[in-house]
Amino acid sequence: MDLKKINEFLWEIPPWGKMKVPARIYASASLLESVQRDRTLEQAQNVATLPGIIQASYVMPDAHQGYGFPIGGVAAFDEKEGIISPGGVGYDINCGVRLLKTEYSGSDLKPRLAALMSGIFQEVPAGVGKGRKTKLGMAVLDEVLNRGAEWAVDSGFGSGDDLQRTEEYGRMKEANPGVVSRRAKERGLSQLGTLGAGNHFLELQQVEEIYNQPVAKRFGLHSVGQVTIMIHCGSRGLGHQVASDYIRMMEDTFGTKHLVDRELVYAPLQSSLGKRYYQAMCAAVNFAFANRQMITHWVREVFKRILGSSQGIEMIYDVCHNVAKFENHLLEQQKRRVCVHRKGATRSFGPGRPEIPDCYRDVGQPVIIPGSMGTASYLLVGTNEAEKLSFSSTAHGAGRVMSRHEALRRFRGEEIKRNLEKRGIILKSTSWKSVAEEASAAYKDVDEVVRTSDAVGLGKLVAKFSPLGVMKG
Amino acid sequence: MEKFRFLPHTADAMFQAFGRTLEEAFANAALAVCQLMWKPEKVKPAREKVVEVNGRDLKQLLVAFLEEILFLFETDDFILAKVEDIQIERQESPPGYQLRAKFRGNRIKDEDEIFGEVKAITYNEMEIKETPGGVSLQVVVDI
Repeated sequence: MDLKKINEFLWEIPPWGKMKVPARIYASASLLESVQRDRTLEQAQNVATLPGIIQASYVMPDAHQGYGFPIGGVAAFDEKEGIISPGGVGYDINCGVRLLKTEYSGSDLKPRLAALMSGIFQEVPAGVGKGRKTKLGMAVLDEVLNRGAEWAVDSGFGSGDDLQRTEEYGRMKEANPGVVSRRAKERGLSQLGTLGAGNHFLELQQVEEIYNQPVAKRFGLHSVGQVTIMIHCGSRGLGHQVASDYIRMMEDTFGTKHLVDRELVYAPLQSSLGKRYYQAMCAAVNFAFANRQMITHWVREVFKRILGSSQGIEMIYDVCHNVAKFENHLLEQQKRRVCVHRKGATRSFGPGRPEIPDCYRDVGQPVIIPGSMGTASYLLVGTNEAEKLSFSSTAHGAGRVMSRHEALRRFRGEEIKRNLEKRGIILKSTSWKSVAEEASAAYKDVDEVVRTSDAVGLGKLVAKFSPLGVMKG
Repeated sequence: MEKFRFLPHTADAMFQAFGRTLEEAFANAALAVCQLMWKPEKVKPAREKVVEVNGRDLKQLLVAFLEEILFLFETDDFILAKVEDIQIERQESPPGYQLRAKFRGNRIKDEDEIFGEVKAITYNEMEIKETPGGVSLQVVVDI
């Protein structure tokens, strides 16, 4: 394998063996070191062998090894000759992040921060085993799968303005609940409106720095110290079951012997199974959007109860980072419709794209990059340059460098909580173990990840946030 | 003979489970999965669930079997304490294997500590090794 340095932030593995296109890695020298420590590069090369892949198999600055495709992997496939692969989307379909702004400042909130965090911890179900279960039936669940955040708004969770500022307006229209298994729906039914555990979280933050005043203002941010709310979660057991179901069906239908890696199992985009997976994926995407919309509503309710008002709590945006999308991209001076797989990667459209809501179209799409627990998070804006660089994609977060096993050996949840409290950050969690596993030392340096994204032009820095309170499942 | 052990893995959890027979190894793999979420040894085996799954090959069978733990936990608040009467047989149609077992466990109570969430059983780095000395399984789960 030949790893060539193209420039300070771009590395390439030219095609060899069964690779149809090169692998291209966006990383600084220090990020590249950690990319080389696990199977990320091997997986990126494997992805390059898939039928119909166009241009390159991309690796984002926060990448690490995943199921078949690396996490932080981007690959686009020809509409006719290409394939769709659940490993290229991820098990947690539409794991994503939502960012809201408020008109409070960190200092306004400080005296009530503990009460707010307790309120949020009470109102937002973590949903791991215990916690409030939404009592809905299968018929309603089908509505959720069909209409996503739209269903949530119609059911009283938030308003139409929220939908405007959500990727896909909170609903992928090709969703078909009929191709989602009963088992997946049963898992979904018991987990609708829950945050989940692992690296999922809800944070109250404040703006620490604004890098681009005019764009920040357009996104709703005007001052350092302004309080924001970040929600990171996905489609829970339903999305995982959809992935598992279709992986099994694709193995049974197409076999795995022709694959360089069993985990890359796929279906041709034009096949019936490929189409059904896409429709089931859209349903799971909608489930996650509904989830984040419900949680948004409950957070607003807590603010109203404790501070007297939830006015001014408005969406900045909501992005997916585990999804496959049909998009038009310019390739060799022609617009072509391709299926872009983004797993642990965020869409990063520049100004003018029709998919961006009217209110932001002349500015570009907001890109939200959460850090790990207790570290900074960032807001970026998409660019037009990103189209030819990565099919308009950038990183999704910090990416892990240390196993949970190792993190548990090295860190203790109680100590982490104390250290956060020393910095004035309140932590609410259902388990000490999960806190230890999420220690920020177990993650890559998110500052370095966004610096790389900005330098390459995949997404440009707009603002930086620091945590005030963290809730973990 | 060791029942199972956890191995380092960057983003997920990886373990190896062992047994004198395939069935014993499968049962120990189930315990390993539970260990990521609760302490099975602290769960009273008051309730019973009958589990029946099949798979085209042993890997599919293992995934389907371990997935039952997640499914019952999420939809029925059932936490597994131990696996009993486990039997794996070849079958003709559909071709492959069938597994039957009894899950003994309990409904989650307030006192039970749930400290993690296994989201999916994956084929990532999965290995099933049968030797005269015994069986070893390697599984990566998404957490």
